[in-house]
Amino acid sequence: MTPAIHDAGPMIVVEGLSKRYGAFTAVDRVSFTVEPGTVTGLLGPNGAGKSTTMRMMVGLTPPTTGASTILGVPYSQLNNPGRSVGVLLDASAQHSGRNGREVLKLGAIVMGLPDSRIDEMLTLVGLGEVEAKRRIGNYSLGMRQRLGIAHALLGDPKVLILDEPANGLDPAGIRWMRGLLRGFAERGGTVLLSSHLIHEIEVIADELVVIGRGKIVAQGSKKSMLTDAGTMVRSLDDDALAAALTDAGLTFSASN
Amino acid sequence: MSSQVAEDPVARRPASDIAKIPFFRLVRVELRKMYDTRAGMWLLIAIGVITFAAVTLYLFFADANLLTFNGFVGVTLTPQGFLLPVLGILVVTSEWSQRTGLVSFTLEPSRGRILAAKIAAVVVLGVVAVVLLLGVAALGNVLGASLQGGDGSWTFGAEGYRDTAILQLMGILGGLAFGMILLNSAAAIVASFVLPLAFGILFGLVTALDDAAPWIDLGTAQRPLFDHTMEGDEWLQLLVTSLWWIVIPLAVGAYRVLRSEVK
Repeated sequence: MTPAIHDAGPMIVVEGLSKRYGAFTAVDRVSFTVEPGTVTGLLGPNGAGKSTTMRMMVGLTPPTTGASTILGVPYSQLNNPGRSVGVLLDASAQHSGRNGREVLKLGAIVMGLPDSRIDEMLTLVGLGEVEAKRRIGNYSLGMRQRLGIAHALLGDPKVLILDEPANGLDPAGIRWMRGLLRGFAERGGTVLLSSHLIHEIEVIADELVVIGRGKIVAQGSKKSMLTDAGTMVRSLDDDALAAALTDAGLTFSASN
Repeated sequence: MSSQVAEDPVARRPASDIAKIPFFRLVRVELRKMYDTRAGMWLLIAIGVITFAAVTLYLFFADANLLTFNGFVGVTLTPQGFLLPVLGILVVTSEWSQRTGLVSFTLEPSRGRILAAKIAAVVVLGVVAVVLLLGVAALGNVLGASLQGGDGSWTFGAEGYRDTAILQLMGILGGLAFGMILLNSAAAIVASFVLPLAFGILFGLVTALDDAAPWIDLGTAQRPLFDHTMEGDEWLQLLVTSLWWIVIPLAVGAYRVLRSEVK
């Protein structure tokens, strides 16, 4: 009863995902899709629900409502998911007493990859032999991010899900990562990455999903969103607001 | 090398061709995780050292007539048994305290399979510990007879091997169970030392509980294992106490691991 994995159509589908902790709603009915060959940026301030959404997508956090699929199936039903989906949720979530190379070695064993793949990835992210043998407790956040990206790419995936991958990278590192992800998307790969800084992702993302207080407040292509001169507002009394806007001679359109 | 990484089209391999991760690979990774960190390596070294130390001390300080294989095994069981539960605990708690679960449970979303692999890995290590214990005790017995004029008797019997394996495996699995329930290294290590001790004191002091002790207190139920005199009801008592101290904690811990949010 293995569900059909598809290689065409949307690579990621998120439908009405919500997560409530008691009275607090961390993620509120979030829906979006990510097409192959594109980079989609999940943008929002700290605590907006970006990480929780990503954790729900990969099965680490059970959603209160809603569902998501990657390559057409729920993540938890993918065989050896590291071979299809590269995930980096928190570069600091590594055993501080383990060295960088060993982290990739563990991943390579689970995914069934040759050791040569470890060296390729270390070269790709610019971690030298000496750095790779140091314990992660001695790594800077930037080095941890590089290691995390190497780990995400280890299984030669089609889809990347990266939570704040630019955190801790210096400007040169951010430029390097943009090039890497851009190239990945141009070869047909699909990228979903999050950030709380628009300038980190505006250069690289094709699509933006803006999230605030657990809700999606805007989504669309970067071009349309950045050129749109309008402002989105919410109000408690839409009729009064509409009247005031009309009085002021402003054009507007209603959305939900 | 890296050019291959950079130029291959991403979509060349159909995702549906990928097979499930074989169980032995999960076990292999769990075993490797126990010695590839500084803490894990030192714990394994400590288990080895304490095994040798117990045998060495016995060799030089015990009476010559007590220098038998049975004597050497008996004196090593308890010191090694102190550290085996810690190994069992760290196998599971490090995924939470070091947050590596974020990666482990993403690479294999079936947490039940990972738990099964951890149990298998812990059993493998327990067996290795028993083999080490028996080997070092045998060495001690040979040295005892030649250096100290010891008894050197090899009388042990099948019960001896059986009881040794049961004791050490119960220890390491009990540790794993405590770790799974508490998901915190420090709390689990303290609890796994203090709780059995507290129960031991309780049943030692309150004579009214003497009849109940072997059905509840692990130490009491295990005593015949040390003497290789298990018989009749004592097996049932061992089974029942294992239920309280290992099986139920494992079940509750598994429920917790399967259901909890990994952050």
